[in-house]
Amino acid sequence: MATKEEFFATISQALSANSARAPYPPYADTDLVAKPRVAGGSAEAVFRKNFAAAGGVTVSDLGELKAELARHDTKRGVCDPALSATLGGLDIEWTTTFDRQRPDDYAVGATIASGAIAETGSLILKDRATCDRLAALAPWVHVAVVRRADIFLTLPEALTRLGDDPYVVFATGPSKTADVEGILIQGVHGPGAQIAWLVD
Amino acid sequence: MNTNEHEFAVPHFGQPIDRFVATISGEVYAAVHSASAIKSDKRAQLLAADYADPLKLRALAGQIKQHTLDHLDRYLPQAVASLERNGARVHCAADGEEARRIIGDLLQQRGAKTVVKSKSMATEEIHLNDYLATRGIESVETDLGEFILQIDGDTPSHIVTPVVHKNRRQIAQSFERHGLGAYNDEPETITRRARRFMRDRFLRADAGLTGANFLVAESGRLVLVTNEGNSRFSLSAPRLHIALVGIEKIVPADRDLGVFLNLLVRSATGQQFTAYTEFISGPRADGRPSGAEELHVVLLDNGRTDILGAEYREILRCIRCGACMNICPVYRQASGHAYRAVYPGPVGAVLTPLLAGEHFAQFADLPKACSVCGACGDACPVNIALPDLLLRLRDRAKRAHAALSARGTPPMGGFAAVATHPPLWRAALTASRLANRLPLDWLPVPPLRAWTRRRTLPEFRGGAFRQWFKQRGQQ
Repeated sequence: MATKEEFFATISQALSANSARAPYPPYADTDLVAKPRVAGGSAEAVFRKNFAAAGGVTVSDLGELKAELARHDTKRGVCDPALSATLGGLDIEWTTTFDRQRPDDYAVGATIASGAIAETGSLILKDRATCDRLAALAPWVHVAVVRRADIFLTLPEALTRLGDDPYVVFATGPSKTADVEGILIQGVHGPGAQIAWLVD
Repeated sequence: MNTNEHEFAVPHFGQPIDRFVATISGEVYAAVHSASAIKSDKRAQLLAADYADPLKLRALAGQIKQHTLDHLDRYLPQAVASLERNGARVHCAADGEEARRIIGDLLQQRGAKTVVKSKSMATEEIHLNDYLATRGIESVETDLGEFILQIDGDTPSHIVTPVVHKNRRQIAQSFERHGLGAYNDEPETITRRARRFMRDRFLRADAGLTGANFLVAESGRLVLVTNEGNSRFSLSAPRLHIALVGIEKIVPADRDLGVFLNLLVRSATGQQFTAYTEFISGPRADGRPSGAEELHVVLLDNGRTDILGAEYREILRCIRCGACMNICPVYRQASGHAYRAVYPGPVGAVLTPLLAGEHFAQFADLPKACSVCGACGDACPVNIALPDLLLRLRDRAKRAHAALSARGTPPMGGFAAVATHPPLWRAALTASRLANRLPLDWLPVPPLRAWTRRRTLPEFRGGAFRQWFKQRGQQ
């Protein structure tokens, strides 16, 4: 196995013949924004529009969440301990730890998101704020609770504020595939339904 | 289109790619052709809808990537330092064999028996699955397309949509054969069955194996761009994560990801953003119930440094979106397996002979599988001058007297003699006007007849330019 020093030395030598090295081009983060996607209102309004376009559903209160969950079979669920009091009002049998022996027992998982991105319609799931990666992933329905104040308008804002969490996921709607004849199917290995619950 | 009407080129002459094309079925042709056209259209429409000047964005992407490659002697050590600062272990593999051994050793030392793998072209490049099998380690492909290929003993024919050459009926038959349920070719049923089958594999696996779409030098973040959720699972359940990353995947800083993510996803699948973009910068934080406790990053050279030092270096900008193959008229006819290697289409026709190193001559025909229409160069999100690279590689193959590069090419000696003797040239032009009066399907040359049978030629007007040019001088 090559040592790092040997590895680097080979690269330096390969580059030594290159006399015209390209400079880093200047650009503004605003150059990268898809302007039509962020037009039309507040960060929240833009997020709602783009999250819906990606197949996600936004709710604003427990009543709306209940109505949305009623569209699925959600007898049992796994949720963040911090949410169990609030979610207790729903007719769902909640547990706060994900049992790996019974991954398909949970029809719904509820976790806390660290923010959202309006431009792309994405939820930002940071690992330290998520009770369990599997709770946000294995159940058919994932409910992410996100504070309105944590919605970034544009993608560059979110990318330059990823922070020091070792695992961050931008979740943009439900999991999907088009591997069979290019036909879009929602719900492959991850959630088939992605709900964002906006709170203040 | 009616696939029964499609006839392929004559099989008994020409380059290897022609001979391959003659063997593919109308079903494969139709699947590849229509999927490619749809992806190309979606890409172009979405870029035009979202950006006033998409060409400006891709020029920027090309410049950033070229800058990074030109300064890899700075960015690679920086990336390694950042990864180590984040708690990852870094390994350097000069070639595929080293990479395989490093990964095999890491798994064996930890007693790993099963690994779940998310889609990675780098692991395809080094034929990792076969190697792991020889060491008694089962590697399960978890991407739906890759899983279908694995149970079929097949290989990807496209770098983003690996199973584009199969239709739902073939997939349903494979699932039935593999015991995933009675024949059912509904895409939704196929997908649900894969979900059910894979759950258990994810939760029992000893390690998760991934590639990376990007590696950020400044932050040491690995970035994965996926849709199905399989890579999230691979990074949630097992305690070990190994990522195999080509050294060309580096970008300078997190902010640059804005350029590449926007272009990659739109160019690859015609989506504005994939379902999941994952940023991994280390093992899981203390006290978290899921996620790998150990993160190993294997940096792969495997011929890349040789390309970096030569005139073809801009091919290393490639972000593996597949736009060049989707739009390529040759790829659309031939499908990916025609390219005899992991990377098909225009990027493959450049990369495969170069990565082959001393075995360049074995792939010297690939740069000729091109009509020089220029569509790939126009589609490339990192502004790689693919047609130019293809022409230069043809030249290199000719100069190396690679036998494959001459296959299917008529001898040019006669033409050269005529073209370098003006009286002969003039006589030939006059004589060629006779062609306008001849029925072309009588031609005794089979390749020409195959071509002319379905096409008409414009009237031959040889000599008109010379006449015009002479008169222009007199005026």
